[in-house]
Amino acid sequence: MFTADDAILAALLVPVLGAIGIALAHRWPNLREGITLTTAVALLACVLNILPSVLAGARPTATLFSVLPGLEIAFEVEPLGMLFALVASGLWIVNSIYSIGYMRGNNEAHQTRFFVCFALALSATMGIAFSGNLFTLFLFYEVLTLITYPLVTHHGTEKARQGGRVYLGLLMGTSVVFLLPALVFIWYLTGTTDFTAGGILADKLSPAGLMGLLALCMFGIGKAALMPFHKWLPAAMVAPTPVSALLHAVAVVKAGVFSVVKVIVYIFGLDTLGVNGTTDWLILLAGFTIVSASVVALGADNLKRRLAYSTISQLSYVVMAAALLAPLSVVGATLHIAAHALGKITLFFAAGAIYTAAHKTEVSQLDGIGRRMPWTMGAFAIGALSMIGLPPAAGFVSKWYMLSGAMASEQWLAVGVIALSTLLNAGYFLPIIYRAFFVTPAHDEHDHPHGEAPLPMVIALTATAAGTVLLFFVPDVPLALAKQMLGLGG
Amino acid sequence: MSLAQHLPALQVVIPLLAAPLTVLLRHRTLAFAVALLASWTAFAISITLWLQVDASGTISYAIGNWPPPWGIEYRVDPLSSFMLVLVSGMASVVLPYCRSSIEDEVPQQQHYLFYTMFVLCLTGLLGISITGDAFNIFVFLEISSLATYVLIALGRDRRALVASYQYLIMGTIGATFIVIGIGLLYLMTGTLNIADMGQRLAAVQGTRPVLAALAFLTVGISLKLALFPLHQWLPNAYTYAPSAVSAFLAATATKVAVYVLLRFYFSVFGQSQVFGQLPMQEAMLLLALAGMFAASATAIFQSDLKRLFAYSSVGQIGYIILGLSFDSVSGLTATILHLFNHGITKGAIFMLLGLVALVMGGTSLSRVQGLGKRMPLTSFGMVICGLSLIGVPGTAGFISKWYLLLAALEQGQWWLVFLILLSSLLAVAYVWRFVEAAYFREPRQDVDANATVPWSMGVPTALLVAATVYFGLSTGFTVGSASQAATFLMGAR
Repeated sequence: MFTADDAILAALLVPVLGAIGIALAHRWPNLREGITLTTAVALLACVLNILPSVLAGARPTATLFSVLPGLEIAFEVEPLGMLFALVASGLWIVNSIYSIGYMRGNNEAHQTRFFVCFALALSATMGIAFSGNLFTLFLFYEVLTLITYPLVTHHGTEKARQGGRVYLGLLMGTSVVFLLPALVFIWYLTGTTDFTAGGILADKLSPAGLMGLLALCMFGIGKAALMPFHKWLPAAMVAPTPVSALLHAVAVVKAGVFSVVKVIVYIFGLDTLGVNGTTDWLILLAGFTIVSASVVALGADNLKRRLAYSTISQLSYVVMAAALLAPLSVVGATLHIAAHALGKITLFFAAGAIYTAAHKTEVSQLDGIGRRMPWTMGAFAIGALSMIGLPPAAGFVSKWYMLSGAMASEQWLAVGVIALSTLLNAGYFLPIIYRAFFVTPAHDEHDHPHGEAPLPMVIALTATAAGTVLLFFVPDVPLALAKQMLGLGG
Repeated sequence: MSLAQHLPALQVVIPLLAAPLTVLLRHRTLAFAVALLASWTAFAISITLWLQVDASGTISYAIGNWPPPWGIEYRVDPLSSFMLVLVSGMASVVLPYCRSSIEDEVPQQQHYLFYTMFVLCLTGLLGISITGDAFNIFVFLEISSLATYVLIALGRDRRALVASYQYLIMGTIGATFIVIGIGLLYLMTGTLNIADMGQRLAAVQGTRPVLAALAFLTVGISLKLALFPLHQWLPNAYTYAPSAVSAFLAATATKVAVYVLLRFYFSVFGQSQVFGQLPMQEAMLLLALAGMFAASATAIFQSDLKRLFAYSSVGQIGYIILGLSFDSVSGLTATILHLFNHGITKGAIFMLLGLVALVMGGTSLSRVQGLGKRMPLTSFGMVICGLSLIGVPGTAGFISKWYLLLAALEQGQWWLVFLILLSSLLAVAYVWRFVEAAYFREPRQDVDANATVPWSMGVPTALLVAATVYFGLSTGFTVGSASQAATFLMGAR
């Protein structure tokens, strides 16, 4: 009998086995890509296998072994992790279709290594999503950093190497210097690092100590790209676009904010943090990150760079919403993990499609491109709406909950930040759409006739755009999971 | 008396007898067989001893039936049994590797002598770990050191002679200091038996000769364990010695020297004297930190991988001594854990570098360009061991770093926590020098890499790399033994 408990380990193993298969099939690209797709579908099947029991209120667990007393490599699926795993594994299928089109369309080298690392990165992501304690999370967090390094530096150029150094230096540096001592300290204080409803730190620390520990955790989780440790994300844009799309819009960055929410909810506990304004500084800092990253995005001409700074800003929405500690805003944070993932992957897909079909990377080159690539730019428009938080896109729902939470807890600063950044988001996305559809392209002799990108890419970006709209109309599953996490009832 | 009762003696006697046997045989294959048999037997004995100590406590063995404190006593306690396992285990892994490794690194007619020196070195290191007699420690220290000088001098590069000579001078100064220290202690207590000496010292605690002995011993042993800034001999010795020798020495020699320091500090002087009457804690702390930063930073700028990782060793010794300076059970646990974890990691690295030297003809960073393509498994092994040096979770290095952090936290020394972690970022920097050379540069066309890695070298190396990961995930043996030994030492006086 294949139980939900078995499915956890299967979800970790399937991508690893897939990676082995991909490596073995390196001579037959079609077979290799077939294995990637099969693995992705099998992974989603594993994850979906766990969903019913989590929705029913069960918490499937699996313990591998104990490294030190109270320090186990253990997994426990709770609603937040379930959601994260669903998003990551579901989008992997779409991304694989897209990757095949992109890698072949651009004649990229080292395609086998690319697909192998991708599969392994997904295994690490599942490990993070299902981790039952902070130690396991930390372990897979580091694995994810290391396994995505070859993807970031895929092109092997000097620029890629520079980007890789910043990527690794910041992500590994922050996790080792800040998160690791926090982890050891938590273990020292409580003898455990298990994620427990209500937190494990109640009455263990003075408010000042709590604030210090929270700071270590928040800066330690560099993947959440909280300023001033955000530079790795733009640096990682040297990677091929499918990597930016799945990893730096979904898996890696969401692993960051996921860890943030997880630590705040299950290690500190909303009630423990709720006294003495322990999180005020975090709201301020996240608010600052939201606004200033948007301002940088406003001035960025390179499309991927603009998207990267938009991601930094959107990630801090999640951090801020979690730091508000209001149940409604935490629901918003959870929803935003899913909503932003769908929207941003669409935007990156579109950027990659434009690069493949038209070889254009700058915003200023996009005049009139919507007429040649209507599907791509149509999807881009939907993704942009989601980022701004307008209906009928998923971003509206999550923003709604975050705003309600902020208002309910009378955090007017947060309300102001959300309002201001919505304006900024509109300011840097709407001109792109306007250019694409309504500006007549200037005559350019370097220009060459082109239509849409290869079909797999168009299918992928249409699918995620449709998903963005769908999530607006039926946010049931994420919403149910988010509410269950906080014990709010369906 | 059954044979089993004589295991402590056999632990040393078997490799000791193997040494002249290899000389008499005068045949490299036979000498190899004898050495291999001796070291595997020694490994089996040390595991048996470890199990016995674990089950029923310290074993005392009187050599020649002369009861201690008059005769020489062999004493197997939780710490020494752990060291015996490390030393004989490393010898057992490195020896099969030696045969092919020295093939083109050492002239053929000297091969049998290589094994002689190797088993003598093993004898010395095992003897130091097992003996309960202070002067006997000195004797075995000299046996192992003299054998080491020869082993290093066997390196193919002529600079190996200078390196060996440098080590000879420094090592002899160190040994002289040690023997002066032991002499002073003998003067004050009239005994050489460590346990007896420990008890009698209580009466003359704090007198000038005893403090002088402490100072002499500390400096002398620090030379042998390459504590910054007494490490000058180490980088050259590790760089120019034959690969197999570098691997064995990096994993054991400095580690056994640390053992000697622990033995004198905790079993002879007692921590109240060491840390109470002299500012040893502060001194050790500062030197450890200086080593961690200065040596690791120097490692970043090396152009030869063997030298790079030799400097890294000096930095890692800093961690080992830092644990000691906490004067707490978890600090000492970290020290003993890191002895083991760093031993196997660094052993694995130097064995991997031996493979690189064999195939690529050298270990300079410019030669290993594109190694990721030419030797994918070896490069991957280097990355894993590099991660262990950094202390990434899932590797052995993480576990020792964990205990080191815990020890710092226990004392509320947050600034130390951050210094420890900042220094591991230096490790990231030097490990990434290798990664970038191996994976981002195209292989050099003028380096022809036709040689293949023989099984006899590949398998032991893979075994040790696997151990680096295994002891990062399963810590029953290492943490269990280390914390037991630490508790034992702290409670000894």
